[in-house]
Amino acid sequence: MTGKTIAEKILSSKSDTDSRVGDVVICRIDHLIATDGSMPMTIDYFERMAGASIANAENTSVSLDHYSPPPNRITATLHEQIRAFAAKHGMNVFEVGDGIGHQVMMETGRALPGDLVIGADSHTVTYGALNCFATGVGSSDLAAAMIGGRIWLRVPETIKVDLEGATADKVHAKDIVLSLVRTLGADGAAYKSLEFAGSAIAGLDMDARALLANMSVEMGAKCGLFHADGTTEAFLKAHGSDAGQPVAADSDAEYCQTVTVDLSQLEPQIALPHQVHTVVPVSDAPDESIQMVYIGTCAGGRASDLHEALAVLRKAERIAPGVQMIYTPASRGILSQVSKDGSLAEFVAMGGIIQTAGCGSCCGTCGAIPGDGVNVISTANRNFKGRMGNPEASIYLASPMTCAASALRGRIADPREFA
Amino acid sequence: MDTLTIEGRARLFGDDINTDYIISSRRKRDSLDPHVLRQYLFESIDPQFAASVEPGDILVAGENFGCGSAMEVAATVVIGADIKAVLAKSFSRTYYRNAINNGLLPVICDTSGIAEGDRLLVTLGDAFSVRNETSGVGLTAEALSPVVRTIVMAGGLVPCFQNHGGFPDLPST
Repeated sequence: MTGKTIAEKILSSKSDTDSRVGDVVICRIDHLIATDGSMPMTIDYFERMAGASIANAENTSVSLDHYSPPPNRITATLHEQIRAFAAKHGMNVFEVGDGIGHQVMMETGRALPGDLVIGADSHTVTYGALNCFATGVGSSDLAAAMIGGRIWLRVPETIKVDLEGATADKVHAKDIVLSLVRTLGADGAAYKSLEFAGSAIAGLDMDARALLANMSVEMGAKCGLFHADGTTEAFLKAHGSDAGQPVAADSDAEYCQTVTVDLSQLEPQIALPHQVHTVVPVSDAPDESIQMVYIGTCAGGRASDLHEALAVLRKAERIAPGVQMIYTPASRGILSQVSKDGSLAEFVAMGGIIQTAGCGSCCGTCGAIPGDGVNVISTANRNFKGRMGNPEASIYLASPMTCAASALRGRIADPREFA
Repeated sequence: MDTLTIEGRARLFGDDINTDYIISSRRKRDSLDPHVLRQYLFESIDPQFAASVEPGDILVAGENFGCGSAMEVAATVVIGADIKAVLAKSFSRTYYRNAINNGLLPVICDTSGIAEGDRLLVTLGDAFSVRNETSGVGLTAEALSPVVRTIVMAGGLVPCFQNHGGFPDLPST
């Protein structure tokens, strides 16, 4: 018998079985999370399933992040209903302005190494950065898990992603993951787990890991897992969290595929409208004008994203005329950090706009919406037609440096021009 | 063994149909009612579709149907339009689970020979198959796992909970 992957080990542990790829197991859940996008339907299923109480209420959270703040009366009222349900059942609420639930989960020790977290949101996979098996489900599965405290999962095959070498200047973790999405395609990891490995991992900070894990789902993955190491420990300690129970893959674990990315060969990348996997090097991108630059989301709204954008923005006085440049911090903690370190003021002085911490403009649920015919360049994870609330806009996905370079030029631009 | 049959007209879509294409996230700001949302079904990629749906239509797609967001309205809006089954070469895992939980039958099969408007008969019994009554071609669908079959035969996760009084245990294989 060969050894096990991280996914096989965590699901074995949570189901008290010796499970392998292909087994369907019923697992205990360490933490559950819903968002204001998924919670209204979760409440509806919970009631129709005759749910009386939440099995593990203190470890069940809801994040008011998609409508942060609510743009209309209907969503504001949904928030009131969610707060009332949460209070009645003793569950935890991340309030409007606390940020994107996925970032808050990581910052508050609710997703720890070795844990199993189920979230009614596809980007729940983000906590794989912390060696946590985290996966997205719909509202009905979440309601059932809230009532019973368990979920059925099929133990996934694992693709090993070997990251080797060092990135060149102005090449970002976003460029690594866009290149990987191009290689594997939108369903290249469907039903599977990604396990990130290789000598370059040690050099990736937690923001980079969270971005890679986050975008695993853009390849269809069930989860995107990292090993725990000194960076993991330091992140958890800095946020006052437990160290968890790290799980490592066995050296003879079996992988269905291995993909190697040589980071030293990578140039800045860009995903063209309207698919995440239509990726080309920025140097081959069409010479399109840009009217909106967006730095935000659970993929690219962290403090380091703003810092890296500013490093390029500083090469000029101000952004190009006619460009709307927006930053939406991923959490209140991040907002506080970029306020204190002066980067927020610098961004505003350059012509930038700040939105409330949360999901912002990512999927058109609140915040600025692009106009007809507008080209957006964004640090987000999705660029589907209509994604930001207008099917007549086109969305390009790139690193914060590439977004900043494009803000300065008013056209898609290579950040290496601003060395 | 219980048998489930669904018959209807094929409505064709391509690969990588994401949930935002099925129903735009921004529409959730105004309503979550499938009977309201059905008027916006596929509006970003096929604005004429919603008005042309007939009860019993069957969606037929390529690879990776329902990719992107896990939002469950992408499954309930399809049921709200009186569509009972989706055939695809593959599904995103969240869409697959959401479909099953709501009584929308996801059928994994080779859809490449199906044309717009073909009459299809889906049968889930001892075998899981699709017969294209227009072309006369028969297709074998990928078998359902025991837990999935239990939920499908109950008509979704809510009736399954009502029948079992809680989370359904795994049926033995």
